[in-house]
Amino acid sequence: MAASIRVRAVLNGEVAEVQTLIQHPMDTGLVKDAKGEVIPAHYIQQLTFTHKERTVFLADWGTAVSKDPYVKFAFKGAAKGDELKVSWVDNKGATDSLTATIQ
Amino acid sequence: MTASFGPLAHRRLFLKGAGLVALIGLGNAVLHATPVFAATNDNKYPEDAFKQKNAGEAIKALYGRDHEASDKIKLDAPEIAENGGVVPIAVTTSLPNVTSISFIVSENPFALAASYHIPEGTVPAVANRLKMAKTSSVIALVESGGKLYSATKEVKVTVGGCGG
Repeated sequence: MAASIRVRAVLNGEVAEVQTLIQHPMDTGLVKDAKGEVIPAHYIQQLTFTHKERTVFLADWGTAVSKDPYVKFAFKGAAKGDELKVSWVDNKGATDSLTATIQ
Repeated sequence: MTASFGPLAHRRLFLKGAGLVALIGLGNAVLHATPVFAATNDNKYPEDAFKQKNAGEAIKALYGRDHEASDKIKLDAPEIAENGGVVPIAVTTSLPNVTSISFIVSENPFALAASYHIPEGTVPAVANRLKMAKTSSVIALVESGGKLYSATKEVKVTVGGCGG
């Protein structure tokens, strides 16, 4: 279900600029629902970007990352048409991944 | 609390060890070809650091060392955040050999918000969106050349980001 990840990777000069938006509740475990019951913590812990078998960016996230997280970074050494693999794993062990093409 | 002592101590020991390996590695590129950023090449999720309630403890658990303020770090955050649930925060730095960038929101229930590994070849700049429970100082930490630098900014929050 790669539908949770949206990536835009664009080559700008010698750096590839990568913007990522992920659909995820990022529940902190500190909020109660309408019935007064605590909504259990549910959040992405790690988000990894791999280019040619190499990790180019790794995010460790806690519960303070906003719902539907957004992150932006840039790296060198990529060419147009290269593949960039994005994957995340959350605290419940759920994962998702997507392979984007650098434009 | 005793339960978390073991892994914490172990991690610190590991970090010390990794730092040593990095130092040796600099002089011995053949044996240690890739892990120049050995200290942050440990890709394990830093669970303990994320459990710490205050900024000092979180920084200690994550890096195990003190930080000093640096004017080479540019921390972009709004003066006033109307919605504490989504506060855009970005950092860029001109410091060399950056291996990681982390964000601390001091007044949040858990101080550490996010930590990013910056391998060689990746630009030392990150933009993300964080939750802020209330008005707080935001600390950007930049690990550069084995040292830890920081920039701090106060962000006023008018509506808290914890759904309460």
